[in-house]
Amino acid sequence: MGATAHHEDNDFLFKYIFSTDHKMIAKQFFLTGSLMGLVGMVMSMIFRLQLGYPGESFAFLEPILGSWAPEGILAPDKYLALVTIHGTIMVFFLLTAGLSGTFSNLLIPLQIGARDMASGFMNMLSYWFFFISSCIMIASLFVEGGPAAGGWTIYPPLSALPQAMPGSGMGMTLWITSMSLFIVSSLIGSLNYIVTVFNLRTKGMTMTRLPLTIWAFLITAVLGVLSFPVLFSAVLLLLFDRSFGTSFYLSDIYISGGALEVAGGSPILYEHLFWFLGHPEVYIILLPALGITSEVIATNSRKPIFGYRAMIGSILAIAFISFLVWGHHMFITGMNPFLGAVFTFTTLLVAIPSAVKVFNYLTTLWKGNIRFTPAMLFAIGLVSTFITGGLTGIILGDSALDINVHDTYFVVGHFHIVMGLSGTFGMISGIYHWFPKMFGRMLDKNLGYIHFWATIVSAYGVFFPMHFLGLAGVPRRYYANTEFPMFNEMYDINELITVFAMIAGFAQLFFIFNIFYSMFKGPKAPQNPWESTTLEWTTPVKHLHGNWPGELPVVHRWPYDYSKPGMEEDFIPQTEPLREGEEESH
Amino acid sequence: MTDLLILLGVVLGIIAISKVVSVLNMVSVAKGENSYMPNARENRFQARLMPVFLIAYFAFIIWQLVAWGDRMLPVAASEHGEIVDNLMDITWIVIAPVFVITHILLFYFAWKYAYDKNRKATYFSHSNKLEILWTAIPATVLLILILYGLSIWNDITTPLTAEDDKIEIELYARQFDWTARYPGEDGKFGEASVRLIEGINMLGLDSTDVNGADDKYVKAEFYLPVNKDVQFYFRAQDVIHSAYMPHFRAQMNCVPGMTTRFQFKPNKTTAEMKEITGDEDFEYYLLCNKICGAAHYNMKMEIKVVSEEDYNKWLSEQKEFLAVEESIEDKTEESPQMDTTQTKVGESTQLSALN
Repeated sequence: MGATAHHEDNDFLFKYIFSTDHKMIAKQFFLTGSLMGLVGMVMSMIFRLQLGYPGESFAFLEPILGSWAPEGILAPDKYLALVTIHGTIMVFFLLTAGLSGTFSNLLIPLQIGARDMASGFMNMLSYWFFFISSCIMIASLFVEGGPAAGGWTIYPPLSALPQAMPGSGMGMTLWITSMSLFIVSSLIGSLNYIVTVFNLRTKGMTMTRLPLTIWAFLITAVLGVLSFPVLFSAVLLLLFDRSFGTSFYLSDIYISGGALEVAGGSPILYEHLFWFLGHPEVYIILLPALGITSEVIATNSRKPIFGYRAMIGSILAIAFISFLVWGHHMFITGMNPFLGAVFTFTTLLVAIPSAVKVFNYLTTLWKGNIRFTPAMLFAIGLVSTFITGGLTGIILGDSALDINVHDTYFVVGHFHIVMGLSGTFGMISGIYHWFPKMFGRMLDKNLGYIHFWATIVSAYGVFFPMHFLGLAGVPRRYYANTEFPMFNEMYDINELITVFAMIAGFAQLFFIFNIFYSMFKGPKAPQNPWESTTLEWTTPVKHLHGNWPGELPVVHRWPYDYSKPGMEEDFIPQTEPLREGEEESH
Repeated sequence: MTDLLILLGVVLGIIAISKVVSVLNMVSVAKGENSYMPNARENRFQARLMPVFLIAYFAFIIWQLVAWGDRMLPVAASEHGEIVDNLMDITWIVIAPVFVITHILLFYFAWKYAYDKNRKATYFSHSNKLEILWTAIPATVLLILILYGLSIWNDITTPLTAEDDKIEIELYARQFDWTARYPGEDGKFGEASVRLIEGINMLGLDSTDVNGADDKYVKAEFYLPVNKDVQFYFRAQDVIHSAYMPHFRAQMNCVPGMTTRFQFKPNKTTAEMKEITGDEDFEYYLLCNKICGAAHYNMKMEIKVVSEEDYNKWLSEQKEFLAVEESIEDKTEESPQMDTTQTKVGESTQLSALN
């Protein structure tokens, strides 16, 4: 559709700002999402200082944080504010919008052979809703009382009652506003992705010839469309409770010296609604990262991805099961124990397709011919974090074991490794791999190497010790562990984590420098730098609204013909017709 | 100021390193090499880092186990806790080998199959046998784990019946402290409502309810008899809290508007635990484990597990609700308005003065 409306995009405003070109929108999502991610990361470094050195004064915090850190010591409620906004930003703004927004936008039309998204205008709208949502979230940092501070899950009544904590005032209203716009953005974007994949595939691009990236983005979009509206209803009811005197989530509350006129509601209802999104959300983050990894590992192993159909099957299985497991976040809310048992069962089922994915990655590497590009390193890193974090999920998913590690640092370690690290590693891997497609220039490889090794070492240094804290019973979201002798003696573990967090944070400067330097001064990219088979590498390096100058490419084979026996070439692009006597195999 | 300078130094240092690296790259481009695709030397170097990282990672984990192993929670102090710990051990025994083997394979393959331009990768695109194998094995192992886990879950969560010899306690949470209530001689808790909360009656007990007249409530610390089932009820006054008693492997949310329950049988007294841990100052704690506001990190209560005799003796020394009410009424006539509903950070308990 973009092609028919083709016009010269010379106007700066329409080329860079109100662009309807999916490639430009991808870049916009990338830059906005990454900037938000940077803010989230700096926040984590600040509250890690407090956790590593509780009560110690850091003079440089005062000029940055002002009244949040009187005399250089972070205030307890502002600690919670930072934790809350860090979580919100990382989960939604970086790893949902930043990850899907960047790569679904960039790759869906390019890899399926479409001129643009089904609706370029809706795509633009999706970005601008996201942009406004980001602005509001950042603005909420500056209002009276500070931003939302009840944890990224914003459980009522804490989030519903301004009397409960300062962050539940204006800051929470802005949080809800921001997230509502975010959900609109996500829905518009996801619908567009789904429609595009189903309708705009080029000739010959059957569903079983789609690269696994596209399968991952497609199913991610379906998850988003089915689950985000439920979060929307959850925050809408919360808004009613906050502003219009309803009591969906409130009952029998006495606060600030008076009983409230609320009755009959239940905070548990909110938890159900929240986690009905909240759990699929984990896979909204993970699936695109795994899709990117599939592509990067196959290309750089010069081998077909092992078990293409099994990979699709496991994506579908994970997506389906992800809707049946939300209750494992609520084992100890007093839910019926029988229900808990059902959720334990469904939760541990997720481990099966996840295991299939891991074994397929390992078999893809086996007898490959591996090129260690920075993208490949991050993809290998993802497989490691996915295994490490996934296995501890077996403990948390088991209701009997969850009782004692629920809401401890064990959980923090688990989801930061399996979701946080895997998600970011997938995203970073994708950026190293597709940077030439985005900006027409190559990222620096050696800086990439330094970036990878510094990141994986420090990231494990941050998150692995958290399991030990959790097993010792240390709760999450504690401003300081000084009030309990048994937790206070863990100070050296916390100090170690903080040191690694600082290294991890500063290591990202290599990446940031690399991106901005290479964007303008990096070596010019050739058309197909990684010798890849997929369609995006048949487009010209210089961006063209409509992607292909002439006719759309026609697809003749699956995307993983690397090192095919009997063929001279190391890789055969999807546009190559089958040779005489050649069979299409997958 | 010095902090800022150090920060600036680090940032400038990293930019300087980055600049040097990119200049080095330009040199390699000038030599005619392709700067973005790793060359033979670089592939070999990165491949060698794979086993190095693997060993470092494993060494790091072993070091943590050795250095911190003894600081994990001590042996469980409740009957079900010991069974849960056993399940945890079994789960680790299942998980650890999977972790080790998959990591060895991952980094071994990465090292072994590093790029060699004279070699071609093996075209091996699928095998249904392998897929079935690694679907069936995890499924079987998980099924066993699930069944064992659920049988324990079932045991833990089956409510005590009226015939069971047990004591009952209500834990009441609010920002930012705990109150424990015992039902008194009659074994029945009196009715309570948030609308009756006033002054010292911060649980909102109904003074007209005869069941509640002999209820006893305490702050700062509460006692449990050893080797006797304890049925806990949990309520909250303002926001969601979570009653976490890590040594007993027990946790349950306290939700405004509803009563939740959990039960366990403590099987080690505080004194016994002091011996086991070798720590003279050891105490059991009840702590809040659901974010509830600024002082969330300091919302706690000590738990003393003692012999049944000592427990009964302690309990008999506690005042009954009605007695407390009356004594307060006498006092408030002299000094008006004693507001106990507003709690501040680090506030010490007000009731202890009354006991």
